[in-house]
Amino acid sequence: MEHYTMNLTLKVWRQKNSQEKGRFETYQVKNISSEMSFLEMFDVLNEELIREGKEPIAFDHDCREGICGMCSMYINGKPHGPWHANTTCQLHMRAYKDGDTIVVEPWRANAFPVVKDLVVDRSSFDRIIQAGGYISVNTGNAVDANAIPIEKDKADNAFAAAACIGCGACVAACKNSSAMLFLSAKVSHLALLPQGGPERKGRVLNMVAQMDREGFGACTNTGACEAVCPKEISITNIARLNAEYIGAGLVVE
Amino acid sequence: MQWSEFFTSSVGKKFVMGLTGLFLISFLVIHVGINATIFADLVDPDENGAMFNKAAHFMGSTVLIRILEIGLFAGIILHIVQGYMLEAKNRSARSVGYAVNLGNRGSKWYSRAMGLLGTIILLFLIIHMAHFWVKARITHTLAPVTYNGVEMHDMFSEMKAVFSEGWVIAVYLLGCISLGYHLAHGFQSAFRTVGVHNNKYNSLLVNLGYGFSILVSLLFALMPVAMYFGWVG
Ligand code: HEM
Ligand code: SF4
Ligand code: FES
Repeated sequence: MEHYTMNLTLKVWRQKNSQEKGRFETYQVKNISSEMSFLEMFDVLNEELIREGKEPIAFDHDCREGICGMCSMYINGKPHGPWHANTTCQLHMRAYKDGDTIVVEPWRANAFPVVKDLVVDRSSFDRIIQAGGYISVNTGNAVDANAIPIEKDKADNAFAAAACIGCGACVAACKNSSAMLFLSAKVSHLALLPQGGPERKGRVLNMVAQMDREGFGACTNTGACEAVCPKEISITNIARLNAEYIGAGLVVE
Repeated sequence: MQWSEFFTSSVGKKFVMGLTGLFLISFLVIHVGINATIFADLVDPDENGAMFNKAAHFMGSTVLIRILEIGLFAGIILHIVQGYMLEAKNRSARSVGYAVNLGNRGSKWYSRAMGLLGTIILLFLIIHMAHFWVKARITHTLAPVTYNGVEMHDMFSEMKAVFSEGWVIAVYLLGCISLGYHLAHGFQSAFRTVGVHNNKYNSLLVNLGYGFSILVSLLFALMPVAMYFGWVG
């Protein structure tokens, strides 16, 4: 693909801390290379802000290779930007052309309070995992990985669900700020495998209870989550979670 | 886990929405089926709503059906109350909104407008009940008609009278369109909510839902229109 440079207008949400009300700030960025990543473009802007003696824009990132789920940015109305099945760090500036205006906002959900600028606190996800996203393992020698035969379909579906990186884009995109795609990926991943068997019922009940306590909304199956998920987690997992929850909730004493 | 915990959880509340929604769908099948007998008039002009009147009479005459009617009211009320509670909770989960919204890039508009569509259906239902149910079951102010020595309400003539005014037709069409869109999302959504998670069936149910929504809302819409233009009656 041919290399080119571009000048852009950025409208970025700035907010000093969780208490203060934020506002949009407009920046002109010049000579951005089409081969830069979206976050590199922010690095360039931040260096310029630092040179000018201004506060750089706070944003989350870690791996910059699409596996950690930190880079939460709501770009022109879409989590992780315009590309399908992609994270912000893997979005490249060739997605834009000279003269474009890009609006960048933090994830919006009361369960993800803004810490600063584009950084939100997603520890509600950690607490949901702590409520049941684990399995019991006996101590002793590690068991041979092939010792338990697993149906191919189940192994594939569990693997696909395990691809969730906990980025929160599903919550950000959902009109109800529902965490059901995330939760359903975590529950499905373990419920489909024999190793997840012992805690199967308690896990789904406890994780849903924690999700409700964190203040996420309920799912209305609109499908916005699936459309923006960088790991293409299927919405069918939500229906599976419902079956797991109803099955457990109706029998557990 | 206590029952109260189950039914106050987000998934438990949605389970109630799904079940009551499916129950209301089964009611619609019977309702549209019975009302469609007015079209017998198209085949036999001397019919004059006899088949429809007898069917409507039967629906009010047996104890079992009157008990089901109470269940239907309970179901509708549960669906509406639970629906508004969920809608309020979901709206309150995001205090600061976006400057640019995802909009139709991620979901169908009617899947995001279930509360609004439900509200239009509710307003329609109030008018609809005042038109027919109140007169048939409460005030008994319908003209009588006798078939084979059995006297019953002449519901068919009442329909003709009600559907002679333009504004009534407009209200009914709006009600039918809202119901169609509510079900275009609700039909398949309800199955997911109660736990159907086999892609083969889920995609079948999506298409079945579209077919059902179009067929039911079209059939219902045709009734006032056909009477207004005098094609029936
Ligand atoms: C004959 C009338 C109605 C039928 C057949 C019907 C059917 C349905 C169905 C099948 C669903 C999907 C449930 C799910 O996803 O689990 C639903 C959802 C819903 N309905 Fe109704 N409904 C009717 C009337 C109403 C009324 C009068 C309201 C008034 C507020 C309403 C409000 C809602 C709401 C807010 C939802 C939740 C949206 C969602 O979860 O996706 N509905 N309805
Ligand atoms: S389900 Fe997808 S969008 Fe949601 S947290 Fe996991 S990877 Fe991110
Ligand atoms: S920075 Fe790790 S996924 Fe983007």
